[in-house]
Amino acid sequence: MCGTCGCTTVTVALEQRVLARNDDLAAVNREWLAERDVVAVNLMSSPGSGKTTLLERTIADLAGDPVVSVVEGDQETSRDADRIRAAGCRVVQLNTGAGCHLDAGMVAAALRDLAPPARSVVFVENVGNLVCPALFDLGERHRVVLASVTEGEDKPLKYPHMFSAADVVVLTKTDLLPHLDFDVDTFVRNLAAVNPRATLLRLSATRGTGLDAWTTLLRAWVGWMNGAFVHLR
Amino acid sequence: MHELSIVQEVVAAITERLGDSRIAVVRLEIGRLSGVVADAVRFCFDLVAEGTTVEGARLEITEPAGRARCRACAGEHEAEWLVVPCPACGSVDAEVLSGKDVRIKSVEVVSACAGPADVPP
Repeated sequence: MCGTCGCTTVTVALEQRVLARNDDLAAVNREWLAERDVVAVNLMSSPGSGKTTLLERTIADLAGDPVVSVVEGDQETSRDADRIRAAGCRVVQLNTGAGCHLDAGMVAAALRDLAPPARSVVFVENVGNLVCPALFDLGERHRVVLASVTEGEDKPLKYPHMFSAADVVVLTKTDLLPHLDFDVDTFVRNLAAVNPRATLLRLSATRGTGLDAWTTLLRAWVGWMNGAFVHLR
Repeated sequence: MHELSIVQEVVAAITERLGDSRIAVVRLEIGRLSGVVADAVRFCFDLVAEGTTVEGARLEITEPAGRARCRACAGEHEAEWLVVPCPACGSVDAEVLSGKDVRIKSVEVVSACAGPADVPP
């Protein structure tokens, strides 16, 4: 009954996945990137874990081999895009306003603006947030989650959706370890409890320690090994 | 608050599929492993539905448990939460088989509502 005139209602089965539209757009992005031999990395963490600092250092260390371009996601301002541009890299800033995450549609438009060259890496720096971005596939090939040593060892247990979806977890700001109670072994155990398959890297982007494993991994992802192009697909 | 985006998708999908038909009930299935909080969905539903054909509709939510397959012993088990140790061997290395989806199961569409103005005296 509709409550107004006493008419009846009819049940219509929909059986529709709510994120189907985003996932379809993500699939289009994935195909678009694969056709161009571009590796997209969805970079996620809480605010202040060092995503932008890691990108600045990565751009400098890779030195164009491979080429890096960046999609910057923030609620407001182009501060991060300015930093990435200053590091000598193509960048598109996305401002989500009230939004707490990037979605595949936003990234689709940004990718077309960026027009990344073949055999390059596109980093999508997601909005700093350990909750919402975990649910939205952007069409990336790899999900990298950062956690800084100032955040505490229990982050993987508190935010299991984010950490369980990562294929790489990067523990950042390790130069601060002597000043903190952070126990790396406890963090490793907590990560293993939610995601035993993730690769864990430890580094300090400001001191430049531990960066070799990261840049080696990135070069492997785009198929550059020892300077020779290797087609991984 | 990704639930706001989720509810916007729900309302957009319903109005896209059913056009101008007025909706009396919306039935959602929110898997326990989806990362979507049912209370947060309820909180923003009326706000998002306002001014659409879904305005005033009753929201019914079911939250089925998930299922997972242990990668260590290949046993299957129910998962009320994302990280559940395998009841057989204790491993947390599991492949999620179901429970991550949010689905619009069905809606109740108001059929042939004449409205009070059209009812003959």
